Amino acid sequence: MRSIIDYLKEIILGVWSLLKGMKVTGSYFFRPGTIITQKYPNNRKDLVMFDRFKGEVVMPHNEKNEHKCTGCGICEINCPNGSIEIISKSILTEDGKKKRAIDKHIYRLSMCTFCALCVKTCPSNALAFSQEFEHAVFNRALLIKTLNKPGSQLMKGVE
Amino acid sequence: MEEKVKNITTDEQQEYVINMGPQHPSTHGVLRLVVSLKGEIVKSVQPHIGYIHRGIEKMCESITYPQIIHLTDRMDYLSAHINNEAVCLTVEKALEVEIPDRIKVIRTIMSELTRIQSHQLWWASFGMDLGGLTCFFYGLRDREKILDIFEETCGSRMIVSYNCPGGLMYDIHPNFQKRVKEFIKYFRKILPEYDQLLSGNVIFHERSKGIGKLTLEDAVSYGITGPSGRASGFSCDVRKHEPYSAYDKIKFKEILFTEGDTYHRYIARIDEMWESMNIIEQLIDNIPEGPYAVKMKPVIKLPEGEYYQRVETARGELGVFIISDGNKSPYRVKFRSPNFVNLSVLNHIAKGFKIADLVAIGGSLDLVIPDIDR
Repeated sequence: MRSIIDYLKEIILGVWSLLKGMKVTGSYFFRPGTIITQKYPNNRKDLVMFDRFKGEVVMPHNEKNEHKCTGCGICEINCPNGSIEIISKSILTEDGKKKRAIDKHIYRLSMCTFCALCVKTCPSNALAFSQEFEHAVFNRALLIKTLNKPGSQLMKGVE
Repeated sequence: MEEKVKNITTDEQQEYVINMGPQHPSTHGVLRLVVSLKGEIVKSVQPHIGYIHRGIEKMCESITYPQIIHLTDRMDYLSAHINNEAVCLTVEKALEVEIPDRIKVIRTIMSELTRIQSHQLWWASFGMDLGGLTCFFYGLRDREKILDIFEETCGSRMIVSYNCPGGLMYDIHPNFQKRVKEFIKYFRKILPEYDQLLSGNVIFHERSKGIGKLTLEDAVSYGITGPSGRASGFSCDVRKHEPYSAYDKIKFKEILFTEGDTYHRYIARIDEMWESMNIIEQLIDNIPEGPYAVKMKPVIKLPEGEYYQRVETARGELGVFIISDGNKSPYRVKFRSPNFVNLSVLNHIAKGFKIADLVAIGGSLDLVIPDIDR
């Protein structure tokens, strides 16, 4: 007799535990405010990323097409996987001295692991992260980027 | 040749060998388990690892100390921040740098947030392994809140790279404290829902109670750490026994059980989430003022010698062993990763159970494959 009661009790408690779980899932039908789904490609226009988000490395230029990169190569040394390559040239300054300047700052997005060492160690704060995160392209070569814009120059006062 | 075939049929008459993985949803990565079965009963499990071996330890020998951080992220990607902290603590120990309290407290809060989000993902996938897909959605929904906190402060969601030798990469975001408090308030309400959904479920009880028993003796001799070891009664919490960062200033209890079956490994992790929330609540209101990083030399060189530091990740004890010959890159780095050690016990505890239980046991050990392969 005892065993039958225990058996029935087990069944009832088992069903009760299942109903308890279903109550949780069912209650979300009546709480639509808790749904957090983002309809991503449709909400592109008003999608704001956090300002520290590490999307890709960029070199900010001002309105006169000037940047702060002196071509010292510290970011190239600090990059753990060789995504940065700096090609420098020597130019003549106004007082006739030879000076090292940047020709091309090549950044390979496909190799970058976003460790932020280049941005952090740059002595003149020439690099920054942009919030751009849609990097898909059809050709792999498009992921090799030149960060300094054509015709750009070193900002005055930056050594 | 003919004789050989004959031998196999006579010796292992009814044994049947199948491959589980490398592409199997319940192994959570590329782990191949060669299971030999008699009917439905597991006779032995042989893990074959190394599918995503990247040679992280060897790679560390050719790069500088700040650069190692971005590789340790990619070992146990669910406790990325704690892995980073382990390397940083080792380097700081070697250089005998005094770390300000602010850094210690922020590191501790971040570690506990990492622990909660790791256990949330584990809960989600464990529920899914046992046939409850709803758990997966609910677990990931709540994990999203922590990932948003990480994204706002560290810039990335999972592979955070927030530590650097000597401190942190950036200061915390002004919204950080507010968001963490909001999350704790929210998650204290949500966590009982987890219990109603899965912990009390009768099907879950049938599949987990008494399955994959690990005794205390075996846990110690195999070296099983983390929640899996503590469910067997092995007091192995590094936070308690060898406090690092700010763990010596706070009160928390070590979750210990004696049963050591799949169910108690589950309960240990759920209780750890409550405990982690307690730790964060003690610290979040009184983050001391100060610098967020100590000024270090541009090229960090460790003095010649051997250094070891262990930390408690979400899965167990992670040890970092660095041998330095005085150069800017280490002579040898060895990681004692918890997952590799925890995997070794799988054959021992899965023997004699059904193949469906193997999924439950493997899930309850909470294996992360990139940490096993490194």
